[in-house]
Amino acid sequence: MRKTRVLLAAAATAALTLAACTTDEPTETAPEDDAPAEEGQEEEPEDSDDGDDPADDGESADEGDGEWFVRADYERQLEQRDIEPEGPADQPWLQAIDPEWVDTAEHAQDENRTLCFSNASVSNPWRVTGWITMQQQVDVYTDSGEIDDFRVSDAADDDNQQISDIQAFIDSGDCGALIVSPSTTATLTPAVEAACDSGIPVIVFDRGVNTDCMVTFIHPIGGYAYGADGAEFLAENLEPGSSVLALRILPGVDVLEHRWAAAQQIFADSDLEILGNEFTDGDGAQIKDIVTQYLQRGDVDGIWMDAGDGAVAAVEAFEDTGNDYPVMMGEDELSFMRKWEETGMTAIAPVYSNFQWRTPIEAAVNIWNGEEVPAEWVLPQEPITDADRGDFLERNDEMPSLHYAKFGGEDLPGYPEAWQDR
Amino acid sequence: MTLTKPGQAAGASVRTRLADVAGRLFGGGSPTVFALLVVVFVVIFVMNPSFAEPPSMMAFLKKAAPLVILAVGQYFVIVCGELDLSVGSLVGAQVVIAAALIDGEESRTVPVLFVMLAFGILVGLVNGLITTLLKVHSLITTLGMMLVLYGAIRLWTGGAPTGALSEAFRQPGRGGIDMPVVRQLPWSLVILFAVVVAAVVLMRGSYGRTLIATGDNEKTAMFSGARVWQVRTSAFVLSSVMASLAGVLIGGFAGVTAQVGQGLEFTAITAVVLGGVVLGGGRGTVVAAMAGALTIEALFTLFNQMALPSTIRPAVQGVIIIAAVAYAARERARPGPHTQTPPAPPEQNPDRDPAVT
Repeated sequence: MRKTRVLLAAAATAALTLAACTTDEPTETAPEDDAPAEEGQEEEPEDSDDGDDPADDGESADEGDGEWFVRADYERQLEQRDIEPEGPADQPWLQAIDPEWVDTAEHAQDENRTLCFSNASVSNPWRVTGWITMQQQVDVYTDSGEIDDFRVSDAADDDNQQISDIQAFIDSGDCGALIVSPSTTATLTPAVEAACDSGIPVIVFDRGVNTDCMVTFIHPIGGYAYGADGAEFLAENLEPGSSVLALRILPGVDVLEHRWAAAQQIFADSDLEILGNEFTDGDGAQIKDIVTQYLQRGDVDGIWMDAGDGAVAAVEAFEDTGNDYPVMMGEDELSFMRKWEETGMTAIAPVYSNFQWRTPIEAAVNIWNGEEVPAEWVLPQEPITDADRGDFLERNDEMPSLHYAKFGGEDLPGYPEAWQDR
Repeated sequence: MTLTKPGQAAGASVRTRLADVAGRLFGGGSPTVFALLVVVFVVIFVMNPSFAEPPSMMAFLKKAAPLVILAVGQYFVIVCGELDLSVGSLVGAQVVIAAALIDGEESRTVPVLFVMLAFGILVGLVNGLITTLLKVHSLITTLGMMLVLYGAIRLWTGGAPTGALSEAFRQPGRGGIDMPVVRQLPWSLVILFAVVVAAVVLMRGSYGRTLIATGDNEKTAMFSGARVWQVRTSAFVLSSVMASLAGVLIGGFAGVTAQVGQGLEFTAITAVVLGGVVLGGGRGTVVAAMAGALTIEALFTLFNQMALPSTIRPAVQGVIIIAAVAYAARERARPGPHTQTPPAPPEQNPDRDPAVT
């Protein structure tokens, strides 16, 4: 009898621990790993002048979650949305906002054109879409002879794996340039510094690292701008006093926290009532359940989401309970865009520019050719609105539903099959 | 003073009888989970009376149906002494397969459902046969199957699901019959009801007895003529079929996302254990396992109603479950009239076994 009890207790504890682990598992469920966590750090001195805000702004900052909010970064990102980027308008992946061009003559060479890429993971549809685009871009340059070889390692969201991946690239001595899409910011910094020290040009994109030793750091404007795009739309399109439910993927991930921190700033200055902010793991079933429960308690007039995963499930909760459509913040993921067109609801699709996956390849070729690149390559990040929704849906007509409208690969030779048969 | 004595006795006997009735009704399972379920619901009703309205209850049951069905499947496997960790991955795999094969074409719905059923049976057979014939512990077999399915689906789809489910496919999980009082009687509730009835009937019959006997003591069951490997394999097949059915409901409820099914295996195992079913097999009822699943879903709802910070929810949930299971275990260990007597150990009558003599 006692043995059984001990066994039972042990097994139950084990099962629970495992259950708890799976519920909490952070990295895999993060929908998009975007974000330029560190982009602001080098510019702090100049921006601090802007810190003399009107008093009311200062108050609203206190209401926000200070841990994740850096006012200077927030304000700069909001400004960058209005700056006309340099570069060809029909090739947004080549555009740059306020670029500070750096000379790359020291890296110009023809002998070793092996391009190495240390990828954090392809664990969500956003990364999968971008990864396909990147491979297609590489194919173009392999055919033209600008790139000889493309070597890739995938760390599957594991920091330690990515550190050893980068080290292996350095040790091999084969790489003519190294692209890194870091898994996390602080942990990967020493590995990127080691790569810089080895003398090969390093290109970092998507999430950042705490160093400026790389030749260029490529990213769209950032999380604050993303969160603000949606929050401002809700504030403009809802009557004062309306209620908004915030749906978030998971806590503690800087890129997602920035989106929410920006939204809190905007909401604090508006007359909207925030019903709550709920973590959903980006799981459609949970999203639908949570929204349904809020609708049972009362009206929900607007939905703010830190990422578009499962936006359709949220909309369906309104349909299935017989409620009017909310004013909705989604993303440029096609399942949401299609639902948006079908229902005609009032919505906006903020974009975390997926076309940024092309830019590192372009940057590598530029560097080898000794052409200037921006030290911080800030790509445009423009939300899709009612006005251009139809255009983007038409362009992506044949694409699967978990594809991102602004993937920017329409002119690549593999289009459209490469993105359809993933 | 003396008068109180008969009264006490009468009270005690009434309680005994009530416990008897409850015991028979719930197949002798631990009453803890039912008590917990009632408590959680009472708290929810007090906090938000509108939850007691029929449409809200229907929405709750619609959401809970897949987990209850998964718990039924997991119960079959656990009660015969094994574990099935592959169900979460299987749910995910089935939804992704359905989306890729249907690809929005209504006419493909029914054929794809058959493909899913066949795939579910195949997965269950592989789990069962490897466990029973190759004598690999089911923890390892199904852990391996979980990873194989997860990896294979990633490989096949390149990391993100493609295609789309048809409207017809989504009906069982999303739709229902429009009705006056409840607004809508969800199809998932009808399906759930059928599963509950089938599971109870199955467990009352000779198959159910053999299943429990196998989990309780493999050797005794073998000596009394049960084909243990067949029984266990069939339990794995049942579990996989239930997971496939849950996949249909979950896919229907919320559509295709990349995260579908993740972590469900542990929620299902937790539900079964919470229902007082002993890991290692041989004890517990299927109704209690289903109550365990409902309790877990009710806890999720309760946390939502309390606006508890999401970050603390897993911890609170864990404490409640450990407390409930520990309490049930203490009840079971205490000697008393309702303690189930363990079945006769095999040593009692080895002489009667022809194989030994």
